[in-house]
Amino acid sequence: MTEMVRKPFSFNRVLIYTVLLTAAAVYLVPLVVMLLTSFKTLGDISSGNLMALPTHWTMHAWHKAWSTACTGVSCEGVHHFFWNSFKMAIPAVLISTGIGAFNGYVFSKWRFRGSDLIFSMMLFGCFIPFQVILLPMAATLGKMGLANTTAGLVVVHVTYGVAFTTLFFRNYYVGVPDALVKAARLDGAGFFTIFFRIMLPMSVPIFMVCIIWQFTQIWNDFLFGVVFASGDSQPITVGLNNLVNTGTGVKEYNVNMAAALIAALPTLVVYVLAGKYFIRGLTAGSVKG
Amino acid sequence: MASVTLRNVCKSFSGVEVTRNVNIDIEDGEFVVFVGPSGCGKSTLLRMIAGLEDITDGELYIDNDKVNDKPPMDREVGMVFQSYALYPHMNVAENMAFGLKLAKTHKPEIDRRVTAAAHTLQLDRLLERKPKDLSGGQRQRVAIGRTMVREPKVFLFDEPLSNLDASLRVQMRIEISKLHKRLAATMIYVTHDQVEAMTMADKIVALDQGTVAQIGRPLELYHYPATRFVAGFIGSPQMNFINGRTQSASSQNVTVTLPGGIHITLPVNGSALKPEEPVTLGVRPEHFVSADEAEIVLNGTINVVERLGYQTLAHIDVEGIASTLTLRTDGSNPVQEGQAIALGIQARSCHLFRENGEACPRLYHEPCVDF
Amino acid sequence: MSTQIGVLSVPAKRPASRVINLIQAWLPKLVLAPSLALVLVGVYGYMIWTAVLSFTNSSFMPSFRFVGFAQYARLIANDRWHTACINLVIFGVLFIGVCLALGIFLAIFLDQKIRQEGFIRTVYLYPMALSLIVTGTVWRWILNPGLGLEKLMHDWGWTSFHFDWLVRSHLSVYTLVIAAVWQSSGFVMALFLAGLRGIDPSIIKAARVDGARLPTIYLRIILPCMRPVFFSAIMILAHLSIKSFDLVKVMTAGGPGYSSDLPALFMYDMSFTRGQLGLGAASAIMMLGAILALLVPYLYSELRSKRHD
Repeated sequence: MTEMVRKPFSFNRVLIYTVLLTAAAVYLVPLVVMLLTSFKTLGDISSGNLMALPTHWTMHAWHKAWSTACTGVSCEGVHHFFWNSFKMAIPAVLISTGIGAFNGYVFSKWRFRGSDLIFSMMLFGCFIPFQVILLPMAATLGKMGLANTTAGLVVVHVTYGVAFTTLFFRNYYVGVPDALVKAARLDGAGFFTIFFRIMLPMSVPIFMVCIIWQFTQIWNDFLFGVVFASGDSQPITVGLNNLVNTGTGVKEYNVNMAAALIAALPTLVVYVLAGKYFIRGLTAGSVKG
Repeated sequence: MASVTLRNVCKSFSGVEVTRNVNIDIEDGEFVVFVGPSGCGKSTLLRMIAGLEDITDGELYIDNDKVNDKPPMDREVGMVFQSYALYPHMNVAENMAFGLKLAKTHKPEIDRRVTAAAHTLQLDRLLERKPKDLSGGQRQRVAIGRTMVREPKVFLFDEPLSNLDASLRVQMRIEISKLHKRLAATMIYVTHDQVEAMTMADKIVALDQGTVAQIGRPLELYHYPATRFVAGFIGSPQMNFINGRTQSASSQNVTVTLPGGIHITLPVNGSALKPEEPVTLGVRPEHFVSADEAEIVLNGTINVVERLGYQTLAHIDVEGIASTLTLRTDGSNPVQEGQAIALGIQARSCHLFRENGEACPRLYHEPCVDF
Repeated sequence: MSTQIGVLSVPAKRPASRVINLIQAWLPKLVLAPSLALVLVGVYGYMIWTAVLSFTNSSFMPSFRFVGFAQYARLIANDRWHTACINLVIFGVLFIGVCLALGIFLAIFLDQKIRQEGFIRTVYLYPMALSLIVTGTVWRWILNPGLGLEKLMHDWGWTSFHFDWLVRSHLSVYTLVIAAVWQSSGFVMALFLAGLRGIDPSIIKAARVDGARLPTIYLRIILPCMRPVFFSAIMILAHLSIKSFDLVKVMTAGGPGYSSDLPALFMYDMSFTRGQLGLGAASAIMMLGAILALLVPYLYSELRSKRHD
């Protein structure tokens, strides 16, 4: 599309690549620093610098972060928090995705008087600052006996995730021709048969997008975790924050970085394996929402 | 196989009437085409028959059963969609068998019907393919096959050929006509294409803004259009319209004054007309004759000539007539742009329309039309 | 063959029970009902509840002694809230501005038929997959005055380099901007790249036939075409900055003192550590107001332009 294409080795071309690769390097620096630091000893940290290689590669910081580092009062590392996050994220992702799929199906293929209004009302849920619901939600969870439990966190994440999942599925199903649903109705299929036999088999990509988006959001959430959970139900983000902000003497940056990497690992793995779907979710979820 | 009857069927969407008082009788085994420009309500009508759209008012009978409140599957109708609407994740055989499976038909019976339909439609070798691996025409045949296996009482076609290219359209048109003869089934076919309507229909229903403008055999609509709308819609190029006034009118003939003070007496029933009433004279482009065969002659200048080989179209300006008149003539006619021409008009091939669009019934009997 | 289809047995009929039809007709509504209930209670009900709280003198426990706008008056008079709001403006303007500039710049560069585009784009975007807590943790380490960036520069020979913003009270909010930009600019790039790809290439060809040069084409033709992308990017970033809580909590905890406080952190502290529920609720309502002030005109113009299409 540009004149540069025809002169691949021009000065401009070199400039473009230099800029792009430099920027890429800058974006990568924090990850490299995290990795390097996590394999260093405390001695290496104070004698070297951010980008210096460890003189002695060690997994010590990783072990400590996983099982013995102090996170507030207890000193058991972040492994509890890590598993808590899974216990919270998996049911929350599955439930909110399932509900979203049904909602999206209704909003696109079974519209009724008022359904557009309901959809707009649900969409608004994507926009509110969650601070505005924290206090009543805390009170409700307390009343229901779900305060400080993983189940409580699942409820919260489902409640505020459904707006997004509904949006994803609705926008995807709008693209499925109405004639398919009509043909299926003439074939004698009802509401659920059409959903399970016609729509679901076509929904693999949007399920990927939605599940990855929800997993990333819920895994990375801090606000709900810090407000609605305590002690043995807290997710990894809260654990990491506690670890970093537990001030006892020397700052063990290597342990902090190892813990940060542990917290980042699941979403990074998902990103590397299914980045395509993640990016699609980002642009779909935000441009339209 | 069944008859379909519509009685005073109305449809409104949030207060806006899109279909008004439609009455149609479709006999068992008939091929009926609903035709009209986009937005005339023909597809809405078809969807109401299918049960995909509620009927606001009036009654719909299939085989003398009132089916207004029956869901689509209980009406035993089959529908072929414009976009084919094939299930993308199923192969051809599965697409055809889906409805039967839902109806819990026995497996051998399903196989038998799918095989039979596939054979009829020459899909035998494509049964394992997915819709995305089929050509447009093949997809269309699968869509028809899917409705065939269910042996519906009525086949509904919603502009089934409009997504195909021109040559394939001609071919599929003939195939559907053959299929109709073979199955002897009741078929209702919606199209905006007058050629499809003229060539395929036993009976045409011309729709205009949600109402029935005329119901009749194809040639009846061509020779005896009931309204100016039908006259303009059927026939290509369009009928020429010339404004005039009545001089005198009776049930046997009407004398009209045309621009330039020319008079012509037409064999139409003008009992509803008053003298000095504004009327429109209609002449089809193929019905102009040479001056010696004509009752009157309009003198004009040729503006544009379009040569199509098998025919030539000449667009002609006549003084005093606002619109350009079109003449359809032989492909070998040596007419030239800028040339003066005399357009001869025979009174018996003329149509006359009142201001509200209604036609004055023609009294001349066209030789090849029987009622 | 021809008659075979016609003589086949009548298809199995299903009993058209009216009850089944009725249930079918209500199914879509039944399916939506739980979500609608969740949203009505969880979003609208709770919003009203918080608004009610903000008019009471609730402290550690919710009370229903109504005090009118007293909590809002306290909020406006509160120094820390004042700082938080000013910080939000600084943070928001810089964060949005830098993200947009960087995002557009990278998107245009990446749109020049780059061979490794997929890889480079992946690198720019990976921070978006991380939790802001992780981002905060790593930038807190990188920007720490003793052993972080400063030491690196010294070791690399730039001995006069000095960087201690993290612990300087009037500068710590800028460190938040750095971390937040690193996290989100790749995402803005992706938005703009998608926008660039959506432009009809024939417009560009037409402009080149008209004799426009590449920079002119970008400035005068392509960027104006991307108005909607600008708007949605600004909306999302503004939304992120008003809600931003995680980053400031882990990086500076609002410090030194409360110099890098943000409204979201203020709300959290008041409500959950200081026992000032009424004040916390009032600040939450103010945040909602700020988002609505952005959202309503945006949605209004969106809807209007859709109607024009």
